[in-house]
Amino acid sequence: MTSSSNWAREAVSVLAKDVTSEFRTRYALSAVLLFAITALAVVSFSVSPYSLEPDAQSAFLWTVLFFSAMTGLSRSFVREEEGRTALALRLAAAPEAVYLGKLLFNVVLQAAVSAVVLPLFLVLMDISVPLPGLLAASAAMGTLALASSSTIVAAIVSRANSRGALFAVLAFPISLPGLASAVRSSAVALSGTGSASGDLMTLAAYSTLMIASSLLLFDYVWND
Amino acid sequence: MQRLIASAGAKLLLGAWMVIVIVGAFFYAPAAVTLGEMSRIIYFHIPSAWIAVLAFLMCTVYSVGYLRKRRVDLDAGASFAAELGLLFCLIATVSGSIFAKSAWGSYWNWDPRETSIFVLLLIYGAYFALRSSIDDPSRRSSLSAVYGILAFVTVPLLVFVVPRIPAVQSLHPDGPIIQAGGGLDMDSKMFTVFMASLAGFTGVYAWAFNLRMRAWRVLNRAQEAEAVDRED
Repeated sequence: MTSSSNWAREAVSVLAKDVTSEFRTRYALSAVLLFAITALAVVSFSVSPYSLEPDAQSAFLWTVLFFSAMTGLSRSFVREEEGRTALALRLAAAPEAVYLGKLLFNVVLQAAVSAVVLPLFLVLMDISVPLPGLLAASAAMGTLALASSSTIVAAIVSRANSRGALFAVLAFPISLPGLASAVRSSAVALSGTGSASGDLMTLAAYSTLMIASSLLLFDYVWND
Repeated sequence: MQRLIASAGAKLLLGAWMVIVIVGAFFYAPAAVTLGEMSRIIYFHIPSAWIAVLAFLMCTVYSVGYLRKRRVDLDAGASFAAELGLLFCLIATVSGSIFAKSAWGSYWNWDPRETSIFVLLLIYGAYFALRSSIDDPSRRSSLSAVYGILAFVTVPLLVFVVPRIPAVQSLHPDGPIIQAGGGLDMDSKMFTVFMASLAGFTGVYAWAFNLRMRAWRVLNRAQEAEAVDRED
């Protein structure tokens, strides 16, 4: 079909289009951020009298991040279907470019959410981190893993009828390997003991696998 | 006609085989040393879990076939494989849970194998939730095929991830299949019944799947004939 530089250019245009329209409406970012902050407040409010183990802290952090991803990441494709712009996008760009553009947008969106949630979480829960670098790496890789698994699921869900509830149902079993590894390596970073290299490697392998298989399968979702 | 006789014969053979397996499981095979009479669950629980995984594999194979060839019968095959997989997955989960209560004291404790079968249940559930939420038949087929393949791709990773989930040590006896030893040392009688049961369950799966496909073909043909009638 098209050469790879063409793909890359088209993908960046799709990303730029999404960022622009997001910047104008601020729908996804404001909704997701507010949701994440609400969830964070609920967690912090209800467990503030207790000091939690690192395992539990990490689990709470990823529960908040996972569900905020579930509220926001499906928008990328649902918006195209609801705004009836999907057809135009189908004509304008190769499927792979659309997928990569949407993936990049979801990564950016989820990274922005993580960048706000993670510091707030540490402040509200009054946590001092023994291994801040590892925590940042786990958050970054976990964010990538969440975005890579939910982009294709978002594409599937945007073509189905009951979109809201279905997204989390479909995304959870597929996201679980990435999510579990992210929880593990964050727990290591928060406790300062143990090794997280295996989990980080699993996260990297998982994201690569999801992106590669999504690229192969996306055409069937997009053009049917 | 000959095919009909052959299939009736195969069905009878399968029925007799399963009867022998059930009788053998309770009377021929001895009880295991540590677990006692409860150990007889292995002749039913493990084959069910095996069928749940096999059906998942078949669902993926049919899904890939559908995406390549776009034949409706392949999509029907994928959904029937998933249906049977869900059924056997439920049987494996419930029977395992009852065994866990009497052997280890609680119905559920997120043991690694309980986690993986739970994920498999979730995948099957999500697969049918997706199917039922799409009206257009060809879109339903291809979207659920894509989802089935994606879910299958992630499963091998779970094999690496799940044992690393903290705080739970597996209570499962380290498999009669994987290694003989520990509490569930199989002697030759147990092994015979166990393998016969695996074969029998696989046969039951194949029979039920075949039945479902034949019923679907008849229905499909009737619907097509009706559509042609209406056009005339």
